[in-house]
Amino acid sequence: MRPLLLLTLLGAAPLPALAQALPDPVPMDEVFNNQGIGHALAEPTPDAGRTAPSAANAPQDDGQWTMPSKNYASTRFSSLQEITPENVRQLQPLLSFSLNVNKGQEAAPIVADNTMYVVTAWPNYVYALDLTKEGAPLKWRFDPAPLPASKGVACCDVVNRGGSVDDGKYIFNTLDGQTIALDVKTGKPIWRTRLGNINIGETMTMAPTVAKGRVYVGNSGGELGVRGWIAALDENSGKLLWRAWNTGPDQDVMIGPEFKPIYPSDQGKDLGVKSWPPEAWKIGGGNVWGWITYDAEFNTIYHGTGNPGPWNATQRPGDNKWTAGIFARDPASGAARWFYQYSPHDQHDYDGINEQILLDMPFNGKMTKVLVHFDRNGYLYVIERQTGRVLSADPFGPVNSSRGVDLKTGELILNPDKATKLGTEVRNICPTASGAKDWEPSSFSPATGLIYIPHANLCMDWVDQQVSYIAGTPYVGALVHFKPGPGGRRGELTAWDPVKRQAAWTAWENFPVWSGTVVTAGNLVFYGTMDGWFKAVDARTGAPLWKYKVDSGIISQPISYRGPDGHQYIAVLSGVGGWSGAVVSGPIDPRDGSAALGFVATMSDLPKYTTAGGTLYVFCLPH
Amino acid sequence: MYFVSRIEAAGGVVLGPVLLGLAALLTAGCERGSAQAGLPVSQLSSRGVIDSALVPGLTRSGVTNDPRAAQYYNNADAVGTGKRLYQQFNCNGCHSNGGGGMAPNLMDNQWIYGGRLEQIHQTLVEERPNGMPAWGGKIPDEQLWQIAAYVRSMSLPATLAADHSDTPSQTPAPVPPSADQHAGWTPPPDTTNDYGSVITGPQ
Repeated sequence: MRPLLLLTLLGAAPLPALAQALPDPVPMDEVFNNQGIGHALAEPTPDAGRTAPSAANAPQDDGQWTMPSKNYASTRFSSLQEITPENVRQLQPLLSFSLNVNKGQEAAPIVADNTMYVVTAWPNYVYALDLTKEGAPLKWRFDPAPLPASKGVACCDVVNRGGSVDDGKYIFNTLDGQTIALDVKTGKPIWRTRLGNINIGETMTMAPTVAKGRVYVGNSGGELGVRGWIAALDENSGKLLWRAWNTGPDQDVMIGPEFKPIYPSDQGKDLGVKSWPPEAWKIGGGNVWGWITYDAEFNTIYHGTGNPGPWNATQRPGDNKWTAGIFARDPASGAARWFYQYSPHDQHDYDGINEQILLDMPFNGKMTKVLVHFDRNGYLYVIERQTGRVLSADPFGPVNSSRGVDLKTGELILNPDKATKLGTEVRNICPTASGAKDWEPSSFSPATGLIYIPHANLCMDWVDQQVSYIAGTPYVGALVHFKPGPGGRRGELTAWDPVKRQAAWTAWENFPVWSGTVVTAGNLVFYGTMDGWFKAVDARTGAPLWKYKVDSGIISQPISYRGPDGHQYIAVLSGVGGWSGAVVSGPIDPRDGSAALGFVATMSDLPKYTTAGGTLYVFCLPH
Repeated sequence: MYFVSRIEAAGGVVLGPVLLGLAALLTAGCERGSAQAGLPVSQLSSRGVIDSALVPGLTRSGVTNDPRAAQYYNNADAVGTGKRLYQQFNCNGCHSNGGGGMAPNLMDNQWIYGGRLEQIHQTLVEERPNGMPAWGGKIPDEQLWQIAAYVRSMSLPATLAADHSDTPSQTPAPVPPSADQHAGWTPPPDTTNDYGSVITGPQ
C-alpha cells in the first residue's frame, strides 16, 4: 500500500516528503514494574526533616538569573511569587525578539544588572538587551564567527546550552571549541581560549560553570570518537588551569592519592586503559557536554561523563572507564575524589551527563547531603555527595534494558535480553538512546519538596554495525530506530518526591519534553513543548493552568526574574531542533527513520506541528 | 578532465577500529583548478563540473560534463558497491540512509551543490564549507564515483519505490542517464518557460 502512495506523490508537484507512520508503542508488559526494580539502602523517613538546598549552594534569591542552573545547587527555583495559580491565566507576552537563527535553541536567558543576555545556536550570536527601557532594546551584540565547518561535526544539531554572568563577564562556548568572556558593558571579548579541534570532531555545546574565579567547561563529540575532557580556566585571563581526561592512564584522568571511589569496580590502577581494548580509550568518548556542578559546601565539582564510543559495544569489551558515570573533583587541581559508573560498558548510548541537584534531604532518619541525578539509563539516583555512595536508584521512566541497581556493589543489573548485538536487531529496548531523560534540566521547589523532571517516554530497536574510525567523521556503528514507549505518549513532566521515592504526579505530552523546567514560589512550573506551547502547571497537582503558542517548538531553559520595575517576569527561547527536533531544524527527510541517529523514526510527524524558529519571549502579568 | 587526476592513494578500504591518521594517506599532486577562476565565459567549458545553473550572461546552461561519469550510469554494480563504501567510510554517520542528520538528507530533489552524478562526485572530491570533508586523495577516485552513484540513486523514483521500511536506500536502482539530463535544476512538469531560451540539457 505504501509504495503505491509514494509513487503517487512523486508524480505530483514537489511536496514535503511523506513521513513514515509512527511506530507502534512498546507494549506495557515489556517494561519492568517500577516498584520491582527500584532499590534504596533504607526505607523513606520523610519525618526526619525538610528537603532543601543549603544556603551555601542556594543563597537568598536576588531576583536575577545569572547562571543557567540559577544557583550552585541547581534548583532552578525562583522565590518570586507575584504570578500564582490564581492569576496566571492573565499572563501575557510583553515582548519577543528574533534570534536570527532558526536552529535548536537550548540556552537559558541570563539576567544580571537589569540586562538580559542570550546566546544562540551556531553561529553563537550573543545579544544583550536593556531591560530598563521599553521594548528591551539591544545594548550590544557579538558575533564570535565560529568556523562554519564545525556544523559538520556537531552530532545533534548546532545547539548551545547557554552562558553565565560573573564578575562583569558573560562567559560562553562556541560550537568550534572556544570559551569566550565578554565584557558585559561593551560586549567586547576580554579573552577567548580555543580548547577544541573540529578536525578530530571536537565541538563545545555545554554551558560553562563559573565559580570562585574558575570557569569549568568540557567537550562534545561522543559520536565522533572524541576523547572526553573537563577543563578549568582562570576566570580573569582565560588561561587553562588544568584539564582532566575521562579515559586513559590515571595521570591523564587526574586520579591520584585523593581518589577514593566507594565501589571495588572503580578501584585499581589505570582502569581507564585496562577496561578497553588496546588503544581504544584514545577514541572512546566520555565527553563532558552536560552539567558541571560546583558544591560550595564541600568545595567539590561534580560532572557526568558521556557515552563510550563507538555505540557498537562489541568493538570495546570492558567496563570502558570512565565513561557514562560521574566524577567528584577538586576544583583547584582537578584531582578526582570519587567516581561512580551509572552504565559500565554502556551498550545503549546512556550518557551520564544530566544535571545533578544538590540537596539536604532526610534519609534513614537523618539529614543527608545528597545529589540527585536523573540518568539517561532510566534511574533516578540519590547519591551521598561526600562519598559517592548510591543511597537509592529508582526508575522514573520505562526501563527494560536493566533490572535495577545492586546497591551493595553499585552495579547496574543488565537485562541480557536487551543487550545489543552485532548484525541482529534487538527490538523494544527501553529507555531509548536519548534516555528516559536527556540534558534538559529539572527544577526543585523547597515549597513542595518535589523535583520537576522534564523527560521522554521512548524506546528503540537497535542493531550494531562494524564501524571504522576515521578522524572527524562519526564513530557510531549502530542502526537505531526510536519508537514511543508504553502508552504511546512520548513526553512526560514528572513531579518526583525524592524522599518518598515516588512520583507525586505526572503530566503527559504528545512529544518528548525537551525543555527545562523552572518552578516558582508562586507554586507554578513552567515548561515548553516541542510543538510550540509554553505552559504553566500547578506545582502541587500538575493541573494545567495556562499556555501560550509561540512561533516554534521549545527545547530551551525557561527562567523567572524580577524586572527593574519590581515585577516578576518569565522568559524562554523558542526554536525547535536539537537531537529530538532535528527533523524540523535540519535538512532531514522524515522517510528515513534511522536519520538523526534514529530519532526521526519517532518524530516524523513533528513537521506537521511546528516549523523552525528562534525567538526570545518575555511574559508578565498586566501592570 | 585535468583535476583529480590519478590521485588514488588510499588503496585498502577497511580501516581498523583504532586510530588511523587518514591525513597521512593524503599524497601530494592534487592540482585542482582554482587557478582557472576568473576566465572569460568562452572558456567556461574547461572549468570542470559547475555547481550552479546560474551563469551570468549566458542564454543557455553553462553546465559542463565530466566524461568520466558515463560508465557509472546504468551500472548496478556501481550503486551496489557504492552502498557498501558509503557505510564503510561513515557517510551514513552523517547522512544516515539518505535521510540526513548531522548532514543534509540525500533522498529528496534539493541539492545544495548540484545533484548530477558528476556534481556529487565533485563534492566528494573537494569539500564544502559547512562541514563536508574533502575525500579526494583519501578515497580512491573509482570508489568516489561509486559512492556518488549510490548517492545519486537515493532519490530516484525507482529507489524510493523499493523502500519498504523506514530504512530507505537499501535497494538502490542504477542511475539512468536521463536522470541527469538537466542543467542542475529541473522545473516542475508543465512549467511554461516563456523567456525564450533553452534551459535544459547540459551542453
